[in-house]
Amino acid sequence: MNGRRLWAIVLKELRQLGRDRITLAMVLGIPIMQLVLFGYAINLNLRGLDAGIVDQANTAGSRALVMDMLATDVVSPVRTANTPEQLMAMIRRGDISIGIAVPPDFERRRIDGRPVAEVLVDGSDTTVQSAAAQLAQTPLDSSAPDLRAPPTSTPATSRISVVSFYNPQRVSAINIVPGLIGVIMTMTMVLFTAIAIVRERERGNMELLIATPLTSTELMVGKVLPYVVIGLVQTTVILGLGITLFAVPIRGSVFDVYLAAGLLILANLSLGLLISTRAQSQFQAMQMTFFVFLPSILLSGFMFPFAGMPKAAQWLAEILPLTHFLRLIRGVMLRGAGLWEMWHDVLALVVFVVVMMGAAILRFRKRLD
Amino acid sequence: MKLAEGEVAIRASGLTRRFGKLVAVDHVDLQVPARHVYGFLGPNGSGKSTTIRMLCGLLTPSEGEIEVLGLKIPAEAEALRRHIGYMTQKFSLFEDLSVRENLEFLAAIQGVPRQRTRSRIDELIEQYRFGDLQKQLAGTMSGGQKQRLALACAVIHEPELLFLDEPTSAVDPESRRDFWEKLFELADAGTTLLVSTHLMDEAERCHRLAILDHGVLVADGTPQELTARLEGRTFIVEAVDPRRAQRLIVDVPGVLSVAQIGNSLRVLTSAGGEGMPATTDMCRHIDDTLASAGQQAHTHPTPANLEDVFVAVTRHVAKQAERAA
Repeated sequence: MNGRRLWAIVLKELRQLGRDRITLAMVLGIPIMQLVLFGYAINLNLRGLDAGIVDQANTAGSRALVMDMLATDVVSPVRTANTPEQLMAMIRRGDISIGIAVPPDFERRRIDGRPVAEVLVDGSDTTVQSAAAQLAQTPLDSSAPDLRAPPTSTPATSRISVVSFYNPQRVSAINIVPGLIGVIMTMTMVLFTAIAIVRERERGNMELLIATPLTSTELMVGKVLPYVVIGLVQTTVILGLGITLFAVPIRGSVFDVYLAAGLLILANLSLGLLISTRAQSQFQAMQMTFFVFLPSILLSGFMFPFAGMPKAAQWLAEILPLTHFLRLIRGVMLRGAGLWEMWHDVLALVVFVVVMMGAAILRFRKRLD
Repeated sequence: MKLAEGEVAIRASGLTRRFGKLVAVDHVDLQVPARHVYGFLGPNGSGKSTTIRMLCGLLTPSEGEIEVLGLKIPAEAEALRRHIGYMTQKFSLFEDLSVRENLEFLAAIQGVPRQRTRSRIDELIEQYRFGDLQKQLAGTMSGGQKQRLALACAVIHEPELLFLDEPTSAVDPESRRDFWEKLFELADAGTTLLVSTHLMDEAERCHRLAILDHGVLVADGTPQELTARLEGRTFIVEAVDPRRAQRLIVDVPGVLSVAQIGNSLRVLTSAGGEGMPATTDMCRHIDDTLASAGQQAHTHPTPANLEDVFVAVTRHVAKQAERAA
């Protein structure tokens, strides 16, 4: 590898990038937009669901139960009704998504240990359903029996309320921002290099380059280096915004955060290069990028918990760099762990980079046939 | 290691390239003498670009041997790359880099010594008249300027051998003349040039040339040799209605092609000799044919040019193919 030729490629890429306003806008625009979207708009813990309440008992105990439920902030009362049937009609019309019904014989049921109240749910939305289940666990009092909707379940569980470590207020942003660094890197970095080689082929630059003494390694490494810098800039933007807007903590070391981000950036860039050596056009490169992007979002544990996935999906997820990065970044930022404690995932990322980069260099031929 | 006059820069034998069923280059034998401007003349799709790409090691030949500057190609292609310049058919520099940035990039890639880079770039900017355009982005320049820049970049490391694939196809005549001046300057300085073209006037400027047709090398030599060797005769027909006259002459036996040039027609016929009408008879024969159709015309013989050679040799191949089929 010749340092001068490598630097020539890096300098050329940086100059081209500096003149490409759309790409520059993408570098900063995508992280800001995604952070705001995920941080504010997409909230997986529902709050303020429209609810209707029927308290047919109207005793001190029943009023206390309703007040406890409202205190969770999961529901906000918008309607009152006189019968459970009216609640059902409201749900059907979409006026409310949750109905709380306390029957007239509330005190009697409480003593008998039968279900004391009903939570009616608009089951067409699964997130609302899980919010309702959470609501149904509202403890009545120390000796109160279960009031969960299926009356046969064991009473003991109802008194166990969900306690969340590291994110006790269940603020989504704290979970999402560290992961978002990974998602944004996966989205932008793969695309940057996926089109990098194809674009030169489409514009005719490649025929000139391969007729020179430039080696495959110089070209590939030279293409990756400028984007590592871009990726670290993006990381800084997301971290900065996450800290100022959402008070996301960095409990571990900042150096570890950047090291983990750097590994993911390299992994995605080398994957992009490999795509680029395969794709025939920029459009094809973008299609292939999506093949990687969707499983990354869905399987990595960013959206859905990793543990809940079937074994096959978990194996697939282990191949994706984002999965390992999420473990690392959540560990460092939220649990204050050091990278060396999670060396498995560090190693997995390093192996990924070496394999992808090696394959890209081997696949790239200084030939037209 | 500039080659001396009289040495051979490129030698190829039986050079063949197939793309699936298509034979793009068909057993081409080639010798390009050093310090010459060697032309590849042929219509689009005749295999010029494919041959050039094989010669500089970008395409692997399906068959045949290549030796360029004493190096076996494609085995030693990587070593060859230090000694050649290649100007592609399509503009292949970076449109979003300026003139100077493009030159700087290629100087570094081609390994121009660091301390020499600055003076070499200044020299080229001066020679190729980019004084005021140094900071202009390559993509915003005219066709002629782009070609000049491409040539400047291709010679930045002073290669012994320069491949130019249809360098002037998108350029006005003024820029073309200018461009060819530069090519001859390079040849005088000891560079061997291989230029492909489909333009006759450009082919005529070459020291030597090869005519390619459907991947077959149908003729080669100096332009003078080629015209002298032409087996056929050319005539100018001045007619009142050239378009009608053209349709009539095509059917005259022995006529190979008729092309309209302004108000006259240029007619190429088969060679004279045994069993064939003499030149004066041919003139009379054409005049009579036209007169009987009510066309007043005057026919006289004219010296052959390269275009006639080109038409004659490509016809010849087409006829052979017909006979084979």
